Amino acid sequence: MHALGWGLLTVAAATMVFPFAWSVSTSLQTKEALLRIPPQLIPESPSLDSYRELAQVMPLGRIVLNSAIVTLFITVLQVVTSAMAGYGLARFRFRGRHGLFLVYLGTLMVPFQVTIVPLFILMRWFGWINTLQALILPGIASAFGVFLFRQFFLQMPAELEEAAALDGAGPWRTFWSVAFPYARPATATHGILAFMASWNAFLWPLFVARNENAMTLPVGLASLHGRYETDWNLVMAGSVIAVIPVIVAFAVVQRHMSPELLVGGPR
Amino acid sequence: MTWLGSARRWWVVFIAPSFALLLVFTVLPIVAAAGLSLFKWDLLTPPEYQGVGNFVELARDAEFRAALWHTIVFIIGYLPLVTAAGLGLALLLNRPGRRAGAWRVAFFMPVVSAWVAVALMWKWMLNSRFGVINWLLGLVGIEGPAWLFERGWAMVSVIAASVWKDAGFVMILFLAGLQAIPREYREAASVDGANRWQAFWKVTFPLLTPTVFLVLVILLINSFQVFEQVWILTGGGPLGSTTVVVERIVRHAFTFGRMGYAAAMSWVLFAIIFSVTLIQTRLQRRWVHYG
Repeated sequence: MHALGWGLLTVAAATMVFPFAWSVSTSLQTKEALLRIPPQLIPESPSLDSYRELAQVMPLGRIVLNSAIVTLFITVLQVVTSAMAGYGLARFRFRGRHGLFLVYLGTLMVPFQVTIVPLFILMRWFGWINTLQALILPGIASAFGVFLFRQFFLQMPAELEEAAALDGAGPWRTFWSVAFPYARPATATHGILAFMASWNAFLWPLFVARNENAMTLPVGLASLHGRYETDWNLVMAGSVIAVIPVIVAFAVVQRHMSPELLVGGPR
Repeated sequence: MTWLGSARRWWVVFIAPSFALLLVFTVLPIVAAAGLSLFKWDLLTPPEYQGVGNFVELARDAEFRAALWHTIVFIIGYLPLVTAAGLGLALLLNRPGRRAGAWRVAFFMPVVSAWVAVALMWKWMLNSRFGVINWLLGLVGIEGPAWLFERGWAMVSVIAASVWKDAGFVMILFLAGLQAIPREYREAASVDGANRWQAFWKVTFPLLTPTVFLVLVILLINSFQVFEQVWILTGGGPLGSTTVVVERIVRHAFTFGRMGYAAAMSWVLFAIIFSVTLIQTRLQRRWVHYG
């Protein structure tokens, strides 16, 4: 039974990893080598030519930079604004507090697709089509993030803040020196989710970022596939570039994450 | 602690940035979508008021009905498979010594990766002539189909890739649920002479039903919004056999420039998701045990 468990686990893990290994292998071969049967997992003469060619057929540097800028801004601003709003909702009593919270909860239920057409029209009206701000600004406010941080701050022991308040710190300083550091697990969990969501986003960028000015990797990949349908070495090189940053980020951050937060969250 | 006195007013500073952005980029568009759904608008000529015309047309739109049906077929295939796979992985990993980060990273690689990138990987593996999957099938004497170009197989491929991608996500939810079950419960069952199978169904599973409920709610909401894998793998084909609701919204907004009609579709999608979630919440009393 013990051995069976390990065996199953290994097979499952291999199934998960295999497509990635296959893509890396494909990206290291020439287009001609891919038409051979049997296909090779270990390339006979691996080379980085596909990556070089990719940089020639599309403005790869610019696209990666766009993706990086959008992801950085959304992740940082989403975590900071969500933590602040979560703190505001958890630690202050004011009229309309429940109403505000209900607005956040309500938007959580509406699928993004509902907002997408009016949002597109709004961006056109602002003259922001094919700009980075069209990708960044609508992605900052996160009802889910506010929810997560609010839960976290509701459970924070009052003594922590009281000590800071005795030292004469107001709400602003107390938040930054005590509350925000205390919420590190929530920051790690929400930060990695925001990072993934913005780096991987496809539907919204497909609407508003279609030229190289603002094009990000997923849309770039889709259009590459449209133009070079059979050049799988190129397409796989692009896919590898798109997946490496998130996998590395997740591998680094995962031990600080608390998935229980996600499950225990909405209560 | 709660801030009192003059510090009270700081709530505005804390909430304003997030809430202002939420109002402009989420609340306003939601409200606007409702209004927009009553108009005919191609963005070039002035909008024309239609009343409920868009919804009447939607009810008669055979392509939309087909897309809705394909979405449901997708869910019927995907939901049980991904739930079973995720639960299976969680049960395998929920042992002392098996929580190592390496496993989690392996099962999470598909979850964290961009759909566009992994869908392209699958498209290459499913290539009928040079793809590795048909080559492997050939080794055992099976001639694989042209996966993405044959009716039926195209949807099977979309479902298989989706189960592969999301199993790790479901696993993590179940792992958290399993870790909340006190070990003594299962030990008590084994003292009473229950075998593993009985212990699972009589003890573990009932205690896990809140997690199962949560998983089903999240997955159903997400799977009605299935889009990216379809867009890349099949583009709705062959012969429109894998069109889905969100794909219709994108096509109508984009390709046909029908903003009002697309907005009406998005409201119908919302109504469906909302009703399904509501029904699930109503039914939960019958089978979910909150220990």
